[in-house]
Amino acid sequence: MTTVEPMTASALQAAERPQRFGALYIAEHQLRAMRAYGWTIVVSSVGSPLVYLLGIGLGLAAFIDQPVASGPAGPVDYVWFVAPALLVAAAVGVATEEFTYVVMAGFRWRRIFWGMNASPVSPEQICSGLVLSVAARMLFTTAVYYALVVAFGAVGNPWAGLAMPFVGLLAGLAFGLPLLAYSATLTEDGGQFAVVQRFIFTPLFLFSGTFYPLDSVPVGLQWIGWISPLWHASELGRQLSYGSTPGGWPWVAHLAVLLVMAGVGWVLARRTFVRRLRG
Amino acid sequence: MSAPVIAAEGLTKTYGSLTAVAGIDFEVPPGESFGLLGPNGAGKSTTMRMVGAVSSRSAGTLRVLGLDPDTHGPAIRSQLGVVPQEDNLDTELRVRDNLIVYGRYFGIPRRTCATRADELLEFAQLADKARSKVDDLSGGMKRRLTIARALINEPRILMLDEPTTGLDPQARHVLWDRLFRLKERGTTLVLTTHYMDEAEQLCDRLVVVDHGKIMAEGSPSALIRQYSSREVVELRFGSERNAPRRRGSRERRSASRCCPTGCCSTRTTARRSSSTSPPRVCTPPRAWCGAPRSRTCSFGSRGGA
Amino acid sequence: MSASTDVDARSGGARALYSGNARVVVARGLLATKSTNWVVVVSGFFEPVFYLLAMGWGLGSFIGDVTLPSGTEISYAAYIAPGLLAVSAMNGAVYDSTWNVFFKMHFGKLYDAMLSTSMGPLDVALGEILYALLRGGVYAFGFLTVMQVLGLNLAWTAFLAVPAVLLVAFGFASIGMAITSYMKTFQHMDWINIVLLPMFLFSATFYPLTVYPTPIQWLIQALPLWHGTELVRGLTTGELSSASGLHVAYFVAMIAIGLTFTTKRLRALFLD
Repeated sequence: MTTVEPMTASALQAAERPQRFGALYIAEHQLRAMRAYGWTIVVSSVGSPLVYLLGIGLGLAAFIDQPVASGPAGPVDYVWFVAPALLVAAAVGVATEEFTYVVMAGFRWRRIFWGMNASPVSPEQICSGLVLSVAARMLFTTAVYYALVVAFGAVGNPWAGLAMPFVGLLAGLAFGLPLLAYSATLTEDGGQFAVVQRFIFTPLFLFSGTFYPLDSVPVGLQWIGWISPLWHASELGRQLSYGSTPGGWPWVAHLAVLLVMAGVGWVLARRTFVRRLRG
Repeated sequence: MSAPVIAAEGLTKTYGSLTAVAGIDFEVPPGESFGLLGPNGAGKSTTMRMVGAVSSRSAGTLRVLGLDPDTHGPAIRSQLGVVPQEDNLDTELRVRDNLIVYGRYFGIPRRTCATRADELLEFAQLADKARSKVDDLSGGMKRRLTIARALINEPRILMLDEPTTGLDPQARHVLWDRLFRLKERGTTLVLTTHYMDEAEQLCDRLVVVDHGKIMAEGSPSALIRQYSSREVVELRFGSERNAPRRRGSRERRSASRCCPTGCCSTRTTARRSSSTSPPRVCTPPRAWCGAPRSRTCSFGSRGGA
Repeated sequence: MSASTDVDARSGGARALYSGNARVVVARGLLATKSTNWVVVVSGFFEPVFYLLAMGWGLGSFIGDVTLPSGTEISYAAYIAPGLLAVSAMNGAVYDSTWNVFFKMHFGKLYDAMLSTSMGPLDVALGEILYALLRGGVYAFGFLTVMQVLGLNLAWTAFLAVPAVLLVAFGFASIGMAITSYMKTFQHMDWINIVLLPMFLFSATFYPLTVYPTPIQWLIQALPLWHGTELVRGLTTGELSSASGLHVAYFVAMIAIGLTFTTKRLRALFLD
């Protein structure tokens, strides 16, 4: 081994911190950028649960004649049934926003990912940092949501329900990470995100047992629920809130599906970032 | 003698069947200002990306600061400042925040970032714009901000990809002046450019690249001496109306144009020839060297120094 | 002579803004649609259909019939279908007159190019609105066809829902455009969604207003979407009353105010 040049040694040393904390630096940047629209995040995080819980949980519920769902101890309030699903949908909604246009902006419109790429931070870390910052936003949204759910009395067991924000986060990632992997491949906005919104998010939101149990959906459409992170996470949330519905899937199964979806999306997204940034 | 900061041998990059860089050799010693000159698509930017450790090479060897970019990307990038062809500033952050956030990518403590950001804004003559939005800056200011951002980690090598393309003449001069100061401080500069005048301003040594190969190498003045005369006559063939009819009159606007890119080899350009009207004479290139603000070359129809 | 100068004096302001060429903008919109992803264009039609199927059929089985103010009982699907039609008219019109216009104004620079021709800002504004209405009209017709197939059109007056939807859309588009002219950043645009969401959920779209306390009912009745849903519902269920006339008047006033404002703003933005 020959002697290492001083310039080489100092380069190796300077890379140590970024190699360890790079993802955090990226997340820090993204969160700083979110401050530009911080107020709309706060207002919609508080306003949208308020409006949905009032409108669906109380307003619409007044017109429902027969019990929609039941737990181990018999029929439950309609608002108990919808609240976990609405919370999960809010997290997934954040994903459809942050893992689409923000990614397009990073690669193409504002090109900031290319700026990050020229620093010691690696493409994998850029991807992870972005995910971390969005996860933080999701967790904020679901935590606020849960606080309002408790205030509305829309949860059976408020203590077990404390895990609900994390279930929402997991659903957001299970939906969002595959979406991120897709968004990162796009070089041009040809309305693909609008299609994702209308043909994927909306049907998943509507047909995943959000407003009524999945088994009242025609059998031919029930598969939409099975592949939907919204359904799995909503069911998990309901089990936390009032216990499992008789004949439902065990919670481990729901959790496993969510973890697999998020995991596969994570691997694909990181791979796409590397391919895109290291041509 | 100190080891080169960049050493490339047979450096090659292919994308499928397309060869962007076809085996080039060069070395950059510390403190030198090194230029890659050539037309679009010559392979300059690809070379820069490989040196910048963001694109892996297809063949050949490359050492930056004694390290292989394919295995030590983060270590190399920690010592580089990169000014890309297209600005990629974060328009959602303010001017000063852009510098601070960028410094954080290098693991520099927040406080140090803030101190350096203020110094660099001063250096880039943007101190009064610290709180402005990036979108409110002019093109020249954005470039200066990008350069300031590239300096936040006190890089050993500053890499600039076409630093002044798209800027107006005055903004170019301001930028050259700043880069010249960096050069005087001993920062190693690696830059690509289309313009010989820019290369003359900033480079100690340059290579002319085309079709992924090095066509010529040397100091700017040597290259001009060797490959070109000081003036170039450009011939244009067109309609009757555009042709230079009144030879020797004062109206020669279409026939001749001063071309400071001494070694440019575009097809429409012919070497000095006596068959057309005499070329206008520019200020000799030598007089521009080292005096960034003094060089003039008027492109008007009257011509002549 | 004097007559023509008279005309100039009266309409000079409008003439500087309008060259009577809005159809060119519509033609450009159609051309642009042809070359964009058709899936995106079609998707606008499917969104309300998904809602109708999921809520109307799915949730409808738990809700049963809904009683209208007149005492008539109708199925839940027949109740929400006109509401969804009005909502999709609102969403489409608001999207086209806000996000779309905002983007073209600030990023596409399309209007700068248009305004460097003989066209005035009002040509552009009217053209954009007309194009949005044309698309909205096609979607509305499609949705009404779905309703017809599902047996949710309860009266012959249902076909009048198409012009009614256009009226509703025109109202929202003209106000939307006026508001957009004040918007400077994407963050501002987010507030539009924040305002639309409660209106969407509370305006008798999914259930009658009767659940609310009276003051809240008044508040909702002051908002445009409620007038839209009631107008369209009156036509598809055949429950027309003098209130229907009031709803029409509401939108006529909204269009008048919106266009006046838009014209004023366009003058300030492009001519001053």
